Amino acid sequence: MSTSFAQRIRLALADTQLRENFRGAMQFLRTKRASVVAHDTTWEQLRKEGEQIREQVLAELPDLLEQLEASCQRNGIEVHWAEDANSANQLILGIAQQHNARHCVKGKSMATEEIGLNDYLARHAVESLETDMGEYIVQLANETPSHIIMPAIHKDKTQISNLFAEQLDEHGDPEDVDRLIGIGRRVLRDKFKRADIGISGVNFAAADSGTLCLVENEGNGRMCTTIPPVHIAVMGLEKVIPSLHALPTLQSLLTRSATGQTMTTYLNLISRPRQPGEKDGPHAVHLVLLDNGRSRIHQDTDMQRTLACIRCGACMNHCPVYTRIGGHAYGSTYPGPIGQVITPQLEGLETQAPLVSACSLNGACGEACPVNIPLPNLIRRLRERSQQKGFHTSRKERILWALWHQINTRPRIYTFCLFIASRLRWLAGVGPAAWRRTRVFPRPARRSLHARMASRTVSKTGERAP
Amino acid sequence: MKTPSHVYVFGTCLIDMYYPRAGLDAVALLELCGMEVSYPQAQTCCGQAAYNAGFSDYAAEVAAHTVSLFHEENWPIVVPSASCAGMIKHHYPRLLANNPQWKDAAERVAERCVELIDFIAERLPYERLPAEAGTSSRVALHTSCAAQREMAVAPRWIDVLARLPGIDVCQPANAQECCGFGGTFAVKSPDLSQVMTEDKCQALLDLEPDCIASGDCGCLMNIGTHLAYEHGADPCIHLASLIAKAFGVHHEH
Repeated sequence: MSTSFAQRIRLALADTQLRENFRGAMQFLRTKRASVVAHDTTWEQLRKEGEQIREQVLAELPDLLEQLEASCQRNGIEVHWAEDANSANQLILGIAQQHNARHCVKGKSMATEEIGLNDYLARHAVESLETDMGEYIVQLANETPSHIIMPAIHKDKTQISNLFAEQLDEHGDPEDVDRLIGIGRRVLRDKFKRADIGISGVNFAAADSGTLCLVENEGNGRMCTTIPPVHIAVMGLEKVIPSLHALPTLQSLLTRSATGQTMTTYLNLISRPRQPGEKDGPHAVHLVLLDNGRSRIHQDTDMQRTLACIRCGACMNHCPVYTRIGGHAYGSTYPGPIGQVITPQLEGLETQAPLVSACSLNGACGEACPVNIPLPNLIRRLRERSQQKGFHTSRKERILWALWHQINTRPRIYTFCLFIASRLRWLAGVGPAAWRRTRVFPRPARRSLHARMASRTVSKTGERAP
Repeated sequence: MKTPSHVYVFGTCLIDMYYPRAGLDAVALLELCGMEVSYPQAQTCCGQAAYNAGFSDYAAEVAAHTVSLFHEENWPIVVPSASCAGMIKHHYPRLLANNPQWKDAAERVAERCVELIDFIAERLPYERLPAEAGTSSRVALHTSCAAQREMAVAPRWIDVLARLPGIDVCQPANAQECCGFGGTFAVKSPDLSQVMTEDKCQALLDLEPDCIASGDCGCLMNIGTHLAYEHGADPCIHLASLIAKAFGVHHEH
């Protein structure tokens, strides 16, 4: 991306339509979540369980992945390991070419966004059509998702109606959302029938039974994984769970946090390709296990919990920064707090350090996270590393903090500075320009609390304070 | 547990330099609760701003300094600012985990650290309050992020205010959202900080309050200096001063 993060923030903040769309949508999602969380006395217990399951997964990740591979193979699912985005794309293209595939339909999957699968396949003359309505809209508009659960949340109904008119020559009434969306559904229905391959993500994969779990609301996920003769599932390797016993907890945490639903409309459990005598389902199922930097994060004990994420989006829904700038401004596949933690680890702090500074450490994300990922602490750790390596930290900043450190570890100098500040109160006008842009700089009091407490001690006991 | 009769006060650097009256009012309230107050004169800053900016080595040394001043007596350490209390309570142990000299003391200090309003809520002599106040005052309460989350004391703030005569407490829309201060965030991400501050101030002003109160000095400074910039006056008051006023023990100057 050619613009800087700071520039994109400014552009987003200046876009009143975008800000209204996001504020409204985030408010809606927060209220929906609260309606299934706030009055549930078991919620905190459920979070704790979810956290423990994810911790256990991270502790046993290599073993669980081997177990998953063996279980899937036993079930007739072909398992592929992809070290990075490029090898994942090549693998998937290879499977497509093997089946002479020209048309793929795809369910919602952030992992495939991460590797840029659609573009890659398109470059090799294979169409990869998004079938989740939000993703479809985003693809029609030649954009990227602005939210990991609600990809087109940055658009309102009028914008979508205009898009359909432009791209499909279908004119829908923006006031009749069901019929408007019906336009998209009709186009997709036809594509499902003709698709050579269905591609999907994976929400959870049970290691002991080799079952791929897919959570969705529109039924497009089920169509993608049952109608085409070949199904390719792409999964970040941290999505493995020990067994289906862990599913009810995680599924409940996921759907409540994401959309405020106690259960999604569809929960697909995929264990094997079509068996002799069965009337539907793909003849071949492939599972692509995507690393793309994850095993590196796994080895970084301070940051390992990044991988506990179940991709519900609650952190962004509750983030005051995301709520104001939306997902595109981050310029990364994963926006919001979890994106601020993942992206610098995947792409390097050197270029991504500005991402971690766009956070007031207010803690709303950590509070909303269904598996208790300490997101503010992870962001703070990345700031420590940026600072230590000198990324996104000016010389002036370093000098000021060094000075701050000198003053605050030497009480005499500290008290002297207080005294000087109380004498030179006019200096208050000289605060940082960024602060003064919208605020006055506060004036130091004539007498500090230190001075007042000292004289108070004197008047009370007749002695100088120690 | 034996009711403590002696407390330490950690005044915080912002109160020290900018809002000393809030600090004195905090001390007055503690004394009203029958506490003897110790204010170690060598105290400085809690280190939060440096810690959040990524300068954890510097913050750790400042934390060690603070711990060295507050570890000796087994008294509660009362902090009239939720985010500074949160720093001491939740982050000192991690910051000093590798410091053999202060590791254990940091944990004890963290355990004894309490936020002012939470500490006095059940200790104040409410019976001494006048049954009815002469005038009524509409107070817009800003429950800070640290008060809501890290310290989880926001309900106490509301409880205490509700027990004061003549005070009508109200909370703004999106009360759970950050005011946009965030220490160096205000300087490193000025565009974001500005809109967050503007939104928070507007939500507070929409309540048409007589004053805006909070128990977190960072937020009070952010909100107050923005309103002073926009409207020429700062309507903010620290909760300690508001409560001290109700009990007639506040400092005018």
